Amino acid sequence: MEQTITCINCPVGCRMTVSLSDTGEFLSVTGNTCPRGAKYAQQECTLPERMITAVIPVAGSETPLSVKTASPVPKKLISSVIDELARVQVSLPVTIGQIVLPDVLNTGVDIIATRSLS
Amino acid sequence: MNDRFVDILIIGAGPAGLAAAISAKENGIDSLLVLEREKDAGGILRQCIHNGFGLHRFKEELTGPEYAQRDIDKAAELGIEIECSTTVLSVSPDHTVTCVSSSRGLQVIHAKAIVLAMGCRERPRGALCTPGTRCAGIYSAGTAQRFVNLEGLMPGKRVVILGSGDIGLIMARRMTLQGAKVLACVELMPYSSGLNRNIVQCLQDYDIPLYLSHTVTDIRGRERLEGVTVSEVDEKRNPIPGTEIEFDCDTLLLSCGLIPENELSLGAGVEISPATSGAVVNESFETSVPGIFACGNVLHVHDLVDHVSNESFKAGAAAAAYVRNGTRRGSVIAVRDGEGVRGTVPQQIRSDTDQPVDLMFRPSAVFRNSSVVVESGAQELIRKKAMIFTPGEMALVTLRPEMLKNIGSDSITVRIERN
Repeated sequence: MEQTITCINCPVGCRMTVSLSDTGEFLSVTGNTCPRGAKYAQQECTLPERMITAVIPVAGSETPLSVKTASPVPKKLISSVIDELARVQVSLPVTIGQIVLPDVLNTGVDIIATRSLS
Repeated sequence: MNDRFVDILIIGAGPAGLAAAISAKENGIDSLLVLEREKDAGGILRQCIHNGFGLHRFKEELTGPEYAQRDIDKAAELGIEIECSTTVLSVSPDHTVTCVSSSRGLQVIHAKAIVLAMGCRERPRGALCTPGTRCAGIYSAGTAQRFVNLEGLMPGKRVVILGSGDIGLIMARRMTLQGAKVLACVELMPYSSGLNRNIVQCLQDYDIPLYLSHTVTDIRGRERLEGVTVSEVDEKRNPIPGTEIEFDCDTLLLSCGLIPENELSLGAGVEISPATSGAVVNESFETSVPGIFACGNVLHVHDLVDHVSNESFKAGAAAAAYVRNGTRRGSVIAVRDGEGVRGTVPQQIRSDTDQPVDLMFRPSAVFRNSSVVVESGAQELIRKKAMIFTPGEMALVTLRPEMLKNIGSDSITVRIERN
């Protein structure tokens, strides 16, 4: 099985072709011009991950709270994480770096505040 | 009304103003004031809640608010005074600044040196010559970003984005995650000026189509936007009849370029470069008016905030040196744009400089397997290869002071040459 992807590491944007086994295991990559491309291709075709950032409303504050996943989470969980965020209740004050939702969807990744609010 | 006197006045508390202030303070200036129009410091970073800032400077990826907070904390630690909710009305060539705020009313401030750090603004609809009605629902991408990220408001439900620069791409994802349907991202040029990373992670991840070599050719709606027509364009960027695609949408976001905000600079008599729309500066970031410096997006539009901070640290240090020693006079070498190069900053270098000078510019097109060449007459000073140069990414070469010692001309040229 082959998959074609564009490298995101730099503006060259190499078009890479990745060979995968029938069970989805990474076999090889062609078209990359550096090792970073190969590493990205393997990750992106086996377990793609994304940082997620969003804002959530806070009772008593006109300004919403900006938050992020403390580290990347599996890409397929993006919409589920957004749904989880809609249920989070935060009260003032909030300090930058504060955990607003621990271990989102059992990923082991916390959702943290990226600003302070008072 | 009592006039105030300071050594250095900085206009704008975004990443450029904050870095300039920190640097001026660290270079021994205690009488320092930063004026900010918004109610909080941080500038545009406050609304850029996405990730990816600071990789060069902090060796980690931060969100915009986190990046800004580091400089805000540093400024606080150094005891730098930032006066927010204060709008500067004018700057005069003799360094008199008039500003107004609801808490202090009208103030006149006299400064030995001024650092212009007002940033840039988005190209508005009026500058794009888009046809159609003038209904509600048309926003610049940055305005929409402010509504969504800082005010918790949604501008609309069905969205078309014109322009595929990074702000437009980022907003495609933000609007989608906030529950809107983004129907298309439309780009006039045959390539996107946005990062590959944003094309993949903001459009492809959400199956949002990118129409290259297309533009908006009609806008419909009386009170509120009801739809837009998108057409393919030919090599001369003229719409091709018969290629029209109709989109039913209530929102059109414009992400069509940024322009340095130089109204105050013009009032101060600062010479503006037609290539960058920012001030003409020397290697110390000093403008044509002695003692007035410029840095960040008001000088030239950057892609990376790390570069803004780096440039502004130098401008702040240079302003501090000016307060101590006045303007350094030396013979001036003009820096010119050659083939494939636009808007090189600085435009002038004093030949006796003892610091390395970063020449920053934008490639005028996409060049693969090419070299940037810096030369003075027939004398080649720098030749540096790169796999790619694109207009979307500012390029940079560093000139060492010894390279300037024995050049036989009063100008140097920066150009791109295909290998």
